Amino acid sequence: MLEIKDLYAGIEDQPILRGIDLKVNAGEVHAVMGPNGSGKSTLAQVLAGRDNYRITGGEVRFQGRDLLALSPEERAREGIFLAFQYPVEIPGVANIYLLKAAINAQRKHRGLPDLDAVDFLALVREKLAFMGMDEALLYRPVNQGFSGGEKKRNEVLQMALLEPRLAILDETDSGLDIDALKVVADGIRSMRDPQRAIVMVTHYQRLLDYVVPDFVHVLSQGRIVRSGGPELALELERRGYGWVDPGRDERIGATP
Amino acid sequence: MNAVVADRFAEDFARLRGNLPGIYVPWLQALREEAFSEFMDKGFPSTRQEDWKYTNVAPIENSRFAFAAAPAEVCTDLGCVGTQALPGARLLVFVDGRCAPELSRVGRLPAGITVTSLSATLERQPDRLRGALAAPRGGYASGFAALNTAFLADGAYVHLAAGADLEEPLHLLFVAASRNVAAHVRNIVVAEAGSRIRIVEHHATVEGGAYLSNVSTTLRIERSAAVEHHKLQDESAQAFHIASVQADLGEAARFASSSFAFGAALSRTAIDVGLNAEGAECSLDGLYLIDGRQHADHHTRIEHAQPRCRSRELYKGVLDGASRAVFNGRVVVRPGAQQSDAQQTNRNLLLSDQAEADAKPQLEIWADDVKCGHGATVGQLDPDQIFYLRARGVDDETARSMLVYGFAAEVVERIPVPVLRQRIGRLLRTRLPRGGGAMQ
Repeated sequence: MLEIKDLYAGIEDQPILRGIDLKVNAGEVHAVMGPNGSGKSTLAQVLAGRDNYRITGGEVRFQGRDLLALSPEERAREGIFLAFQYPVEIPGVANIYLLKAAINAQRKHRGLPDLDAVDFLALVREKLAFMGMDEALLYRPVNQGFSGGEKKRNEVLQMALLEPRLAILDETDSGLDIDALKVVADGIRSMRDPQRAIVMVTHYQRLLDYVVPDFVHVLSQGRIVRSGGPELALELERRGYGWVDPGRDERIGATP
Repeated sequence: MNAVVADRFAEDFARLRGNLPGIYVPWLQALREEAFSEFMDKGFPSTRQEDWKYTNVAPIENSRFAFAAAPAEVCTDLGCVGTQALPGARLLVFVDGRCAPELSRVGRLPAGITVTSLSATLERQPDRLRGALAAPRGGYASGFAALNTAFLADGAYVHLAAGADLEEPLHLLFVAASRNVAAHVRNIVVAEAGSRIRIVEHHATVEGGAYLSNVSTTLRIERSAAVEHHKLQDESAQAFHIASVQADLGEAARFASSSFAFGAALSRTAIDVGLNAEGAECSLDGLYLIDGRQHADHHTRIEHAQPRCRSRELYKGVLDGASRAVFNGRVVVRPGAQQSDAQQTNRNLLLSDQAEADAKPQLEIWADDVKCGHGATVGQLDPDQIFYLRARGVDDETARSMLVYGFAAEVVERIPVPVLRQRIGRLLRTRLPRGGGAMQ
């Protein structure tokens, strides 16, 4: 589904990704781990089409197409979903409008008519209940005044509604207390599907206890330095990033 | 003023003064004569004056607008009146500045409430207006104000006796139907103690083209009365709109003002609120949405003259193209006006590199026990917000549109009159690319 080959990217003249190779097939769950500044978030943002990164080499294919040639909205409509590490607050735009705009943009792309108001609301309510979210959050401005946990749940809610082919979760577990983590993890787990791939970017092992990945990759200084099964995450947890990242003092870039 | 322009106005005035409503009222004729001579002295405001520094009215001075002396031959089927009328509101229509009773639907009013035209009142009961029309003590604020009195002919006259309450909003609809016409409109609102009314002053056009609306609205809001005044300026794209709103508040009176500037090539709205007795409160909201070469100027002044008054002000602007906005918000706290509470915010969103916003908050505080704050910002759309929306499948243009709508919505949502809130929400959406995205 997703194939990244020798990808180089950075901000201005600062290289951050320095030759990423990664292949993700439908039905798989991958975890990308790594210390701060290793390029995890950059990788997630580059895949979603953030334009302040400059791609300096390599290629990314998504379902056989050149992903890097697509605009962020085209990627989203093709089925890529990025759950943001820092969900953006949008004053004055009610959450429900964003959800409706997002769903209908995707449907239009697939040649489907807009969802009518009743079906839309029924669908949203079902997902809300699953995420343990209050319906009032629909009518509040997007992410504005949401707690950290509510923001992350809201990301997973959007993912559940949009049913992406490839979900990229950028530190969706960070800043959550244990109860919220469970809800978010349940939401992610429920998205596991033979037709869908999930890439979880995370700093900690914690989330992986709930959503056990098929593959774990360790990113360091813009490269994948180690790949393995779920046991790799456990070993990392035990031995720390110093184990795979001996030169981590000369860190590059920062998480945006 | 150059001699040619001065001669033109002198001719106009000489020709018209015998032809205006209330010509047999000596004090009124004297008032007009004095105002005219003050206009001749003052001339049009110049950008050398601090108050008009950013707003150049030379295009008005250099245009020739005919003054409509008599009510126009009003067609009774002005299509636009039907579409502009706010559902459920009482409607008083003016065409080119002159009252059009046949297009109006005021209906039967509760006891103690008068809603009529200034022209009719000047003919029948001129003395009711003598106090409200008196020349300002310090002279007219500008040449436009003097001109407004010199050519005083029509407008709305609204009077509420103590305790009277008009439930439905009153829609004062000013329609520009002819090109190259100057309308000098005067609205007078008197709300006696404990009365309530909600007024929408709406300026629209059928014909488009260039014309001048020179409007002055004064409101006297007595003890514990509550008055809302919502001004919607939706003039033609070539029009000039000069307006002033002056409110004088009594003890514990409340005044809610809003100003929406969407149309006109050049518009200037001056709002002047006197919190003249203890416990008076006002809120001033505003939204300007301009594009192309439009120029929208708001000058507001709130005077805390007595203790324990409260004022809130929120003005927002969205500027595209090579448009220019001016916001000058002055708050004066007089000596002795202790426990004054004043908050002012002005936020501008620039959608283009050529747009320009001049924001100038001014606090002038002469008392020590007060709570006053202000903030002004000029910024652009946030790329993080745009990316977030696009990453959800929303195209770039719709994303921008949603963000602009979201920015402006804060002011629109505060409109307490539901039919007006819907109308302005709709106007806003039609002005945004893709109708404000999914914002329906």
